[in-house]
Amino acid sequence: MAARHKSVETKYMEDRDAVLRGLRGLDRRTFLKVLAASAGAVMSKGLITPHSFQLVNVANAAPDKAAETTGMAGQPPFTFAYISDTHLYPRTLNQRFVRGAVKAVEDVNALDPQPDFVLFGGDLAQLGRREELDLGRHILAELKAPVKMMVGEHDWFYDLGDTWQEMFGPPNYSFEWKGVHVVVLMSVHEKDFWTARKMTPAERMQTVAGLDNGIQSRFEVGDDERKWLSDDLAKVPHTTPLLVFSHSPLYKYYRNWNFWTDDAEQVQAILKPYKHVTVIHGHTHQMLYNQIGNISFYGMLSTAWPWPYAPTGLPPLTVQMNRADPFDQFDGLGDGRLTVRPDGLADKIYNLWDRNPVTVKADYLTSHGKVDRPPAPQFASY
Amino acid sequence: MKTRRSIVIATAAGCAAILAGIAYAPQMLRAQQAQSSPPIHQVPPAKDGGVVVMLCDGKTSMEVKGLKTGESMSHTQAVEVTRQLMAKWQAEHPNEKWEMAQIEQPSAPMSYAAGPGAKTAAKGMQQGDTYASFTDRDYKVWKNETDNFVAEGKKIFHSDKELGGTIGVSCDMCHPDGSNTHPETYPKYQVQLQKVALLRDMIDWCIENPVKGKALDPNDPKLRALEAYILAQRKGVPLNYGEH
Repeated sequence: MAARHKSVETKYMEDRDAVLRGLRGLDRRTFLKVLAASAGAVMSKGLITPHSFQLVNVANAAPDKAAETTGMAGQPPFTFAYISDTHLYPRTLNQRFVRGAVKAVEDVNALDPQPDFVLFGGDLAQLGRREELDLGRHILAELKAPVKMMVGEHDWFYDLGDTWQEMFGPPNYSFEWKGVHVVVLMSVHEKDFWTARKMTPAERMQTVAGLDNGIQSRFEVGDDERKWLSDDLAKVPHTTPLLVFSHSPLYKYYRNWNFWTDDAEQVQAILKPYKHVTVIHGHTHQMLYNQIGNISFYGMLSTAWPWPYAPTGLPPLTVQMNRADPFDQFDGLGDGRLTVRPDGLADKIYNLWDRNPVTVKADYLTSHGKVDRPPAPQFASY
Repeated sequence: MKTRRSIVIATAAGCAAILAGIAYAPQMLRAQQAQSSPPIHQVPPAKDGGVVVMLCDGKTSMEVKGLKTGESMSHTQAVEVTRQLMAKWQAEHPNEKWEMAQIEQPSAPMSYAAGPGAKTAAKGMQQGDTYASFTDRDYKVWKNETDNFVAEGKKIFHSDKELGGTIGVSCDMCHPDGSNTHPETYPKYQVQLQKVALLRDMIDWCIENPVKGKALDPNDPKLRALEAYILAQRKGVPLNYGEH
């Protein structure tokens, strides 16, 4: 093993890690310049990036004024990674989705330094069965970093969350992390459409699993959980940066596919007093970002299949990703990471499998597109 | 026994309608039967060991000799039987028109529809204008048939089992509402296949690969229905073959 063979992916990871290690101590502006330069170099070589998770890095840049006002000055930087929407069937039925989930876990485990934690963005299972959730739990157990779980509708509507909660605990919770208040929501409640139709649990789950199945209700956080959120935030100063995780986007993108949260405006109102709010959501399986008032939104990639952009409602700030190549199982999929900056905002790296990574900076969103615009796609949606 | 007789009657009535020039009458009768049970007419007993059939007026009947209960007539024989029934009815009603023919507003030919029996003049009708003589009812029937075909395609599109898939994957999982199938761009050179592809080639590719089923024959009703559903989702989008 002395002259150990190194795969293209391994070499890439080592090179990249070396670059990132060398960046410590640089101020943020220089950091981004170097990052752009290295990304350009990678692109010119036509290299393929080997991973699809996204690491969120709370940068260790020199303290700036914003950091002083948020009380985050002097806080150690942090990054977190995410994996989302694995949609696992039982292993005996479908290996394809297992490969995607395992690939993401390997990506995240290859990160050096490791992220502070890994958010799982929901839809671990495809049809909410115990066997599926169990398979997902075992795959995620391989992660070296601690995992924070979020629930999706595919995990929930077979037994209305019984198995998921037994395995992973309450679906909504909050915690403090290095000066940031982090909230995980259960945003995919639906009003009862099944009792009147005398649906079995399997029929209910199958209906919710159909993105274009109009029989189901729209997602909502709901009265009880909004109350919980208000109570949870009552003790959090408005200068504290908020990081909110929700499975569905906490805004209204496209109703027919439930790219939507019915009480989104009410949730946004609760978050409004805070200076810096970042919402990270799953469900939409595409590069997607938005800015509404003080809230920056980032959608997560899936590891199972990509979704086309909806025919209407796409946030104007979103620069579409290229159409996925159906002949490549991993194209359009991935994972990612986020870098939480000293001012509490987060830059996001879309770690697209089989493509170059795309970084979307908080400044792009908060400037409403005036700076740092991501590259335009060559092949937009039809 | 009663049920079998009813079937024979319905068949005869359908054939009679054809003779009266109502091409779509059998379709109409089927539709009516689906909504309410057909009238039960009392058919006289057979005298010569055959089967008695009756017109849908519930009165005119004749015995088909040599036909046993439960047997079907050949098409030729059925046409002849209905011809005889209609001839009998017309002989018994020398100055009357077949009422049903008038109610149903016969379609082609135009000269008939525009004649004394026509109750409404078709829109924009000109001499010899066959299509203008179709009625709203015709269009409704056609739309219904087309929508049923599309609905069948939608069902298959959303079902891994109907598609013959083996790993739980169906079309809608990547293509909700048929999105990103862009049927208007075919035929085009499909780089990955190294040939010019039609929509059906891509449907079959998807069935074989992500869905992990068996490719469908181009004439397979399921493939035809899938094409219908996908195309129906792009109504109004300009054709743009060869587009990448």
